[in-house]
Amino acid sequence: MTMKIIAANAIPAGAEDQKTLEIANDVELAELVASGALDGVARVELQFPKFTDGRAYSQALLLRRRYRFCGDIRATGDVLIDQLVHMHRSGFTSAVLAEGVDAAAAERQFARFSAFYQGDVNEPRPLFAREATLESA
Amino acid sequence: MYQYTDFDKKFVQLRAEQFRDQLERWERGELTDEQLLPLRLQNGWYIQRYAPMARIAVPYGEISSTQLRTLAHIARDYDKPAPELLAHAQATQDELQDAQPGATLAAPPLRYGYGHFTTRTNVQFNWIPLNRAADVMDLLASVSMHGIQTSGNDIRNITCDALEGIAEDSIVDTRPFAEITRQWSSLHPEFTYLPRKFKIAFNGAEEDRAAIGWYDIGLQARRAEDGSVGFTMKVGGGMGRTPIIGSVVREFLPWDQLLNYIEAVVRTYNSYGRRDNKWKARIKILVKSEGQKFIDAVEKEYQDIVNLDGAPHTITQAELDRVTGHFVVPELKAANLPSKVNTQGQLYQRWLQQNVRGHQLPGLKTVTLSFKRPGFATGDADADTLDALAQLAEQFSAGEARLTHEQNLMLPWVHESDLPALYDAARALGLAQPNIGLLTDMIICPGGDYCSLANARSLHIGNAVTERYQDLDELFDLGPIDLHMSGCINSCGHHHSGHIGILGVDKDGKEWYQITLGGADGSTLSGPAIGGKVVGPSFTAAEVPDVIEALLGTFRELRKPGEFFIDALRRIGHDPFKQAANGARRPKADQEALAEQD
Repeated sequence: MTMKIIAANAIPAGAEDQKTLEIANDVELAELVASGALDGVARVELQFPKFTDGRAYSQALLLRRRYRFCGDIRATGDVLIDQLVHMHRSGFTSAVLAEGVDAAAAERQFARFSAFYQGDVNEPRPLFAREATLESA
Repeated sequence: MYQYTDFDKKFVQLRAEQFRDQLERWERGELTDEQLLPLRLQNGWYIQRYAPMARIAVPYGEISSTQLRTLAHIARDYDKPAPELLAHAQATQDELQDAQPGATLAAPPLRYGYGHFTTRTNVQFNWIPLNRAADVMDLLASVSMHGIQTSGNDIRNITCDALEGIAEDSIVDTRPFAEITRQWSSLHPEFTYLPRKFKIAFNGAEEDRAAIGWYDIGLQARRAEDGSVGFTMKVGGGMGRTPIIGSVVREFLPWDQLLNYIEAVVRTYNSYGRRDNKWKARIKILVKSEGQKFIDAVEKEYQDIVNLDGAPHTITQAELDRVTGHFVVPELKAANLPSKVNTQGQLYQRWLQQNVRGHQLPGLKTVTLSFKRPGFATGDADADTLDALAQLAEQFSAGEARLTHEQNLMLPWVHESDLPALYDAARALGLAQPNIGLLTDMIICPGGDYCSLANARSLHIGNAVTERYQDLDELFDLGPIDLHMSGCINSCGHHHSGHIGILGVDKDGKEWYQITLGGADGSTLSGPAIGGKVVGPSFTAAEVPDVIEALLGTFRELRKPGEFFIDALRRIGHDPFKQAANGARRPKADQEALAEQD
C-alpha cells in the first residue's frame, strides 16, 4: 500500500462523487461503526488539529485492523512530513500537507528505514515473526 | 549485556541519519522551531537554561568499556560551551546568588566536560552545541548508543533493577522482556505522539529495586506454582505535581501477553488521556479519575486485540530465547592484581559492608562505585573519570558496568579475590566512599544550575550536605537514609520517594525548599511505595542543612537501638520531627543581620 501525498494547494478541485466521512479525533469508533456510518464510505478523513495530537493514529489503525475499512484514509490538518511514515504505517493512504510544506521532501522520508521492529497496518507481524518465517522458508 | 544484531546497529545508524536530515532542514528554515521540537526531543535533545542538553539512553543501565570511552570522548571534545556563553551563564547564576544574601549556600561554579548519570539510567551532557548534535549522534551510533525516545511524549527508555540477571533474590531476569518491549516501542507508529511521556520499569527480584510503583507501567516478575512466568502489572504511578502509586490492573499477566497488554494500556491512554492541560496529561490522572472504568476499558481493549486483531505481538518462545541469548554472560577472569590494602582496616570493611553485594554466581560480587563525593555534583563523571571507569570495568568486570537508579556506577562481574585491588583503584579515583545507601548517597537532579524547568538550584544543597556529613562514624551511626531532592515539581530527583525529600520552589524570584518526610520507593528498607508528607512552610537554602541536622538529631534522640530512620519516623509519627524542623528556621531578623555581614 502506498501513500498519496497531496500539497495543500493541490487538492483536486470540483465536487467529488465519492462518499467521504470526516471523523473528529475524539469520536468513539466502536459506536460510529455500529451505527453503520461507514457503510458505502469511500474515504475517511481523520484530523490532526495539531501535529503533536496523536489520537488519529489509533483511529486509523483501528479502522484498518479491527473494523476492516478498505477505503482511503486521509490525514488532514497540521500534517507535516516527519510524521508521514507513522501515518502510513498506522493505515493512512493519503495525506493533505499543511500549508507551505514541500511534497518532494515528504517522499524522501519513505526511503530511509527498510524495516521496523513492531508490526503495523501494512505488515502486521513484528520483526521477530517475519524473521522466523524467513528462517523456516 | 545485550549484544546488538546487525539490524539493531543499522537501525540506530539510520536514526542518526534521520536526525541529521531533520536538523539540516531546520537550519535551512524548512522546519520551524516548534516543528523541530518533538523531533529533537524524541532523540534526547532539549534546550536548557543556557545550552542544549543531550540525554543518551543506557537501557537497563548496561554499558561497556567501549561505550564509556565514547562518552569520555564526547565529554572531552563536545561538552564545551563557548567562552562567552559560559561567562554569561555564570554571571546569571551569580546574580541569582547575590539576590539572596544570607538565605542561600555557597554555590559551586558551573562545570562542563561532564557526563551526568540520571535516575533513569540515562547519561546527560549539558553543553553540546546543537550544530554538533548530529556528529555526536553518529559517534554514539558507532558504539550502538542513541537517544531514541529519551524525551518527548512517547514511550521512554525502559529501566530495570540494576541487579537484573545477577541478583541473589532474582525470580526472573527481566532484561530480555524489557528489551523486547524496548524494541516494540522504538519508533512505534501509533504511540509517538501521546498526551505526555510514558515510562515503563521492570523488576525481576523479590525486592523492588526499580521503584515500579512510581511508573506509568510497573512490571513485577512472578513465577506461578507451575513455574510459568508472568508479571504483576501496575498502571498509573508517577511523581510530579500529583504523586500517585500505580494501580494493579493484572495480578498475573502471562509473559507472552506482555506487548498485547501494554498495547491495550497505551492505546486507551492515547485515545482518552487529557491533552488540554500538561499537568493533567499523564496516565496517572486518567487512572485516578476513571478508576475501575479505566481498568475495564483496558481489559476490553486487550480482549479485542486478542480476539479481533489476532494479537500479532504475542511473544513467541523462539523470540524470548533469541533475545535471552543476546544477554551474554561475558568471559569471566580474575584480574589477580596485587594490593597493599589492609583488608582488616575499618575503612575497607565499611566499603565491603556498604558498596559490595552478593552475586548469583559463586565467587563473584557486585561493587558500586560511589558518585556522591565532595566537590562533585551527584552522578557527575568527567572525561578522565569516564576513561578510568572504562579501564576499571575492563580490568575487574569483564568490560561491563551498570548505571544505577541511585546515580552510581556498579561493576557487575567482580571476582571476590579482586576486591582489595579494586578498592585500591577505586580509592585512587575518589570513588570508594563507603556511603552507598547512607545519608550522603543522595539522589539529586541538576536543578536550577542547568535545567530550564527548575524553580531552584539543588547542587549547592547537595554540596553542603556532602560536606557536613563527611564523618563516617556519624554516617554509619545514622544508618540507611534515602535523601532525595528535586529542583522543581517535575520530580526528577524523586523527592516524593525520599525518607527525607527536598523540593525546590520559587517565590518571587527567590529559591525556597519544601521538606517532606516518610516517602518510600518500594524497596525492602523503605516499605511500600508512598509519597512523603510536607513538614510545613518552605525553608531557605541556608536553613536546609540545619533542618536535616535537626531531623537527624530527633531521630538519634528517639530511636530504639538499631532502629533505622524510616522505621523510627513511622513508629513515632511525624510531629516531633516537624517540630525539630521548624525549630531550625532562622528568625527573619537573624537572616537580615547575616545579609548585612555579607
